[in-house]
Amino acid sequence: MTSHPFDDPSLKKRHRKARRFRSMTRLSIAMTMGFLLFFLFDMARTAYPALWQAYIQVDVNYTEASARFTSMAVAKEDRSLVSRAWLRTIPKRVEADPSLMGTTRTQWLLADGQVDQYMKGHHHTLKPGEAARVDALREQGKLTLDWNTHFLTQGDSKLPEFAGIWSAIVGSVLTLIVTMALAFPLGVATAVYLEEFARDNRFTRFVEVNINNLAAIPSILFGLLGLSVFINLFGLPRSSALVGGMTLALMTLPIIIVSSRAALRSVPASIRQAGYGLGLTRQDIVKDHVLPVAMPGILTGSIIGMAQAIGETAPLIIVGMIAFIPDAPGSFTEAATVLPAQVFTWAGMPERAFVEKTAAGIMVILFVLVTLNAAAIYLRKKYEIKW
Amino acid sequence: MKSNGSAIRDIQIFADDLDFYYGDLQALKGINLEMARNRITALIGPSGCGKSTFLRCLNRMNDLIDDTRVEGRVVIEGKNIYDADVDEVAVRKRIGMVFQQPNPFPKSIYENLAYAPLKHGMVTKRSGCDELVESSLQAAGLWDEVKDKLHQPGTGLSGGQQQRLCIARAIAIRPDVILMDEPTSALDPISTRIIEQLMLDLKQKYTIVIVTHNMQQACRIADDTAHFHMGEVLESQSTEALFNNPKNDITRDYINGRFG
Repeated sequence: MTSHPFDDPSLKKRHRKARRFRSMTRLSIAMTMGFLLFFLFDMARTAYPALWQAYIQVDVNYTEASARFTSMAVAKEDRSLVSRAWLRTIPKRVEADPSLMGTTRTQWLLADGQVDQYMKGHHHTLKPGEAARVDALREQGKLTLDWNTHFLTQGDSKLPEFAGIWSAIVGSVLTLIVTMALAFPLGVATAVYLEEFARDNRFTRFVEVNINNLAAIPSILFGLLGLSVFINLFGLPRSSALVGGMTLALMTLPIIIVSSRAALRSVPASIRQAGYGLGLTRQDIVKDHVLPVAMPGILTGSIIGMAQAIGETAPLIIVGMIAFIPDAPGSFTEAATVLPAQVFTWAGMPERAFVEKTAAGIMVILFVLVTLNAAAIYLRKKYEIKW
Repeated sequence: MKSNGSAIRDIQIFADDLDFYYGDLQALKGINLEMARNRITALIGPSGCGKSTFLRCLNRMNDLIDDTRVEGRVVIEGKNIYDADVDEVAVRKRIGMVFQQPNPFPKSIYENLAYAPLKHGMVTKRSGCDELVESSLQAAGLWDEVKDKLHQPGTGLSGGQQQRLCIARAIAIRPDVILMDEPTSALDPISTRIIEQLMLDLKQKYTIVIVTHNMQQACRIADDTAHFHMGEVLESQSTEALFNNPKNDITRDYINGRFG
């Protein structure tokens, strides 16, 4: 059979080896995808109930007494089923609309968190009598699960039915604004200096080594630095988006510098040569010819740094951004919290109802990250220069 | 070594005992060479002989490389360009350069040509810019091919067209001298032929110094030729004399293909 000139039995073994190698690589990608999908599916499944919330229809008495002792606003048998967080808003409601005073209104209110959990079939702490009342009200159509409008519009609360993620979203946005306003210009300017202007001497190499090491420092140390320098030394307000953003900027800087340098280095030297040959100054060449070509890479690196900053918790806990924030911060110096810190807080809450809030918070973070990455891809494509 | 060209030559550039060092490595050793106005001077020699280094000394491009040193003089229009009171950027404004690989900016054809003149204040966007772009492209023989796509990227042209765009870009700053570092080595024979013809046209207005590995090219276009060997100029005279009757043995071997 070994007649034809290309017959080579030794190849069989090598091909078999190649096939084995290929299937191993396939297996690893399947495992990676599997873990990812499992995580996503599990999170979505846990977060799903958070979309819904129990509402109860009761008569609310707006009187002098109920404005002071808010639990008196509803009939005794319904008191334990109504959210105490909602009842606490009665004085504010009366203040906003004085005509309410002295009237009794039939209203849909937020139900207590335990009622909510009972209706969703989760673990609850309702007494047997309360559970029977819930079932009866449900029969009458006075108790129902409906869209949860609080989660995305309210701040944190110790009562799970009233807890929302809005103040953490605002806190994250304010913090990121500070981070990017500091880290992007500083990082790009540093990269431009190191790559385009600095001579290759001992000092430059020293700076380079240190920047690369900075990227590898555990993030909690940046928190300690932020605490000791920004809060204790400069006296900036603790827990604020300003301090949190400055701390994250320190952490993001090395990422932006390293990726911007890589982007600048990938710009062909021939472009710079062409510029010098025309009698252009270094500044002309960098500003108008090198930076535009490097911009997609710089933006990509910066957005990756930003995505990392958005998910960072440890340094922010150190500078106090783990605080309980019921109202969204209105400025950079007010106390604020951020998305991952909010998730961290909820994860430590004892009530079962916070489990779904935690998962929903994680879904919000994932959504923000996916959006940022999509923006990175879009920007890279938009500014890419065709050759 | 004095050249003995036949015509009366108007020396525009001369190097006087020029040494050049990359760190401790001496790349040019006591170069004395004259380049005449409105003539094409070719620099030939094997790889690593210092001809490109010498070319870059003529517009101080070597200043951009860290840890290099120049000794001696390069006198252009009666002034040593390495004098302390000479700004290297000003030198490069007066001496255009074309590189081995066509290197248009990744911008439109129009911007490629207009950028440097606008920066130098030679023209403004309102006045003179369009005319300068057109005249430069015409001088480089590219106008008819690109006049309808001036705002398309310069990098979309063919290799030969890109190189002519780079020549047009060098002309646009109205230099006195054009330096060319193996301008056709990345091009096909037809594009090469077009660019050689272009150089012959351009020497009416400019002094051209060209580095080439191609000895037929030196024969075809250069008025004068200098042979570099291991950082020294072994022989420089009119192209005809150098190729027909080389005085130096190494030069004879080199042009006969027995060396290098």
